[in-house]
Amino acid sequence: MSYVRPTFRHPDSQKNKLGYSRKAYEGAISTLCAGCGHDSIVSSIITAFFEMSIEPHKVVKLSGIGCSSKTPAYFLGRSHGFNSVHGRMPSVATGANMANKDLVYLGVSGDGDTASIGMGQFAHVVRRNLNMIYVVMNNGCYGLTKGQDSATADKGSKSRKGAPVSFESIDLCELAILMGADFVGRGFSGDKKQLLPMLKAAISHKGMAFVDVISPCVTFNNAPTSTKSYSWVRDHMEATSTFDFIPMQQEILTEYDHGSSIPVPLHDGSIITLHKREDKEVITNKKDAIASLEEAKVKDHILTGILYLKPDSEDFHDINQTTDTPLSQLTEKELCPGNEVLQAFNESLR
Amino acid sequence: MKPTDIKNPEYFHKVVDCQYACPAHTPVPEYIRLILHEQFTEAYMINWVSNVFPGILGRVCDRPCEPACRRDRVEDKPVAICRLKRVAADNREDVSALLPKAPEKKNGKKIALIGGGPASLTVARDLSLLGYELDLFDDQPRAGGFIRSQIPSFRLPEKVLNEEIDCILEMGGITRHFNTYVSSLKEILDKDYDAVFVGSGAPRGRDLPNLPGREEGDKFIHVGIDWLAAVVFDHVEKVGKRVLVLGGGNTAMDCCRTARRMGGEDVKVVVRSPRSEMKASEWEIEDALHEDIPILENLTPLEFIIEDDRLTGMSFEKVTPVYDEQGKRKLVPTGEEPVILECDEVLLAIGQQNAFPFIEPESNIAFNDYGLPELDPVTLQSSVPNVFFGGDSAFGPGNIIIAVAHGHEAAISIDLLCRGEDLHNRPEPEVTLAGQKLGFHDWLYDSHVTEDARQLVPMVDKAKSLRDRLVEVELGFAQQSGKVEAKRCLNCDVQTVFDGGLCIECDACVDACPTSCINFIDNAEEEELRQRLLVPATNKEQSLYVSDILSTGRVMVKDEDVCLHCGICAERCPTAAWEMVKYVYKSAKAGDR
Repeated sequence: MSYVRPTFRHPDSQKNKLGYSRKAYEGAISTLCAGCGHDSIVSSIITAFFEMSIEPHKVVKLSGIGCSSKTPAYFLGRSHGFNSVHGRMPSVATGANMANKDLVYLGVSGDGDTASIGMGQFAHVVRRNLNMIYVVMNNGCYGLTKGQDSATADKGSKSRKGAPVSFESIDLCELAILMGADFVGRGFSGDKKQLLPMLKAAISHKGMAFVDVISPCVTFNNAPTSTKSYSWVRDHMEATSTFDFIPMQQEILTEYDHGSSIPVPLHDGSIITLHKREDKEVITNKKDAIASLEEAKVKDHILTGILYLKPDSEDFHDINQTTDTPLSQLTEKELCPGNEVLQAFNESLR
Repeated sequence: MKPTDIKNPEYFHKVVDCQYACPAHTPVPEYIRLILHEQFTEAYMINWVSNVFPGILGRVCDRPCEPACRRDRVEDKPVAICRLKRVAADNREDVSALLPKAPEKKNGKKIALIGGGPASLTVARDLSLLGYELDLFDDQPRAGGFIRSQIPSFRLPEKVLNEEIDCILEMGGITRHFNTYVSSLKEILDKDYDAVFVGSGAPRGRDLPNLPGREEGDKFIHVGIDWLAAVVFDHVEKVGKRVLVLGGGNTAMDCCRTARRMGGEDVKVVVRSPRSEMKASEWEIEDALHEDIPILENLTPLEFIIEDDRLTGMSFEKVTPVYDEQGKRKLVPTGEEPVILECDEVLLAIGQQNAFPFIEPESNIAFNDYGLPELDPVTLQSSVPNVFFGGDSAFGPGNIIIAVAHGHEAAISIDLLCRGEDLHNRPEPEVTLAGQKLGFHDWLYDSHVTEDARQLVPMVDKAKSLRDRLVEVELGFAQQSGKVEAKRCLNCDVQTVFDGGLCIECDACVDACPTSCINFIDNAEEEELRQRLLVPATNKEQSLYVSDILSTGRVMVKDEDVCLHCGICAERCPTAAWEMVKYVYKSAKAGDR
């Protein structure tokens, strides 16, 4: 068995603006089952951070428990990491983000970690609009405990064992929109062409950027009758609209034909160009976003792409009016300005 | 692009870069793995079957395999294939029991071999095993040809040479006619041989007959290859203190290094062109520099300077290379003062020419404008159907391994001729495929890719080796460093075989491949496809492996260029759509049907 990847990379592979090769963003070799969708998401995460030239030491990766939550070992090997208690990744992310708002926070969770044990944490971190990227690697089953149905498994879907799921499923994207997330997207691990720009846009977005990625479990939930299998997802995928992501540094040369594409500027100056579908312009309207998700479900379709986006979002720090300097950088001098300041403050409240 | 036809044995053959580059197509990775497992005798025998002279070639082969080595493209230095061959030869046990013997019962066919060099010896070996009777003619007292007369003993000890040549001569069915110069091909042809093989080499060293002073200084001016032969046969015992060697090929390197051992203290190599364009192998240039021999470039000879009937030096014109649009080089004089280099003797190593004084017009052998015989490039048959050529005498000066390859082909042709069959209906190579899967994540081959740099080979102390021309300079790898070197081999013969019918397009292989070789993309013409890969495939000498259309309408495209053959794609494939299959390609031999 290969416990390590060979260190050689393609001699012609490119370097990013920081002069790093993609290798600087890799982690250890995956120990997940061969063919796991999670590995493709990992690869897209590596590519996104590499291509956006984000310094690895400026990234914090956090996870809970589960197959998905193992994956931070396989990417960004030179970033900060925290593997937390089951379902408690959002709390740890909140704490870390409070202490140092200057880092990029990437939470990785699974359908069990988010939709079952961590549901409460998920709901609250979304409504607080914490500035982070929250990726759910969603395979509709508990892969680490032999494939029991999870809370995101669709009713009627049959996994390898053949019994149809009897409960209603939780649509994490719909829930995230309802809870107030301003960037909500859904991807498919087997479609990197869509996933990669979506992750980049999520990284550029300020506030909670929630990305649910359908990621087939090849071992327990890849029967053609499962709605989370490679073949079913490929046959039933429907995109809200195709889009390009133009990072902030890049000079914008595209001429927008307003009849067919809409530019959506993001907080950091990057731009998402949506190639509009004919029927409607959904994604910046919460009501339409939820309606189109529901409509797709009726048609047995899986709606993918950026589902909802509100670019001018206020994150947790804005709402709480925290200082511009990260708390971690404040010294005793700033934190305990002395009796005089305290007295003056008390006086102002009288 | 059309799907790749992996059933065609040539496709995967080309992926094994070293073996493909080797004229004799020795299965390199196969024997390197045996060395890794200390099966030196088995490794030696694989070589012996394919290239006949493993001990000799393990020292002095031109190594076309090494610049082809994939490791050279992945990091900066190729696997030391040649020196590993020597490890097999040095550490082998007695192989005499393993060597085949010629059958007692002869097949009644008689073949004459003119010249006793590597080409003829290869023909002799291949055909004697089939029951042919062979008459080997050479004007020297022992067989070996240029391997014996031109390669100095400090690179190739006589013992190694004799061992491997003698085992062929003693195989049975070979009659030696040494010290016998064949002065007339016609005489041989009249002698009722079923076929004649000419392996007489390119025996004439180029001279500078028209350069002023050449005639007067004749005593001090020698043609390199003749001088080297004279050293070997003890006709020359020493050389002057100051020696100039003209020429930039391997013969020049052998001349200058031999001169250093024959009393030359101030030995210089002078080349007409820039040093970067010298024909000599890189390692031979390094060895010469190591022995304090400077190489002076961009100097064309003007004159031998003779004073009082003695050669005192040479004058040269300084030139500079100018390249036209086609990249063709012209050496243009700089107009500076001539450069005068003092010397006592000059060795001319400026090329070799073919010469066939023994072939009379009446023998009906047709020659081309270059003075070389008209040959069928595949069968090596000349205009006289039962006369074949090989080695340097076929297409001009080459090297030992080319001569061996010619020998094999000529032996096949002669055998077909004697059996009355069509010479172009040649036997196919023998190809075997063997799956390497052992367990879930275990392989039969050592798939781990090491990071060790190319191992340095130990050398004899310089002062000691310069004192005695018989002391071999390179000591060869010790077993341990040999194993480290062997482990650097990337096992390019363990092929990645893709079955599109099993693939679920999960991308696991794409994500796991360390060198980004694998792509799932929309099909296009080759030119466009090469550009669109994850890392564009700019090395056009390397193939793209393209699958049939897959269920999403895309195709799998693998750029073979820098694949590490690490097996990670196959390990990470959930459906065994990727398989690691060992592909052993053995060239056809005479007698194969």
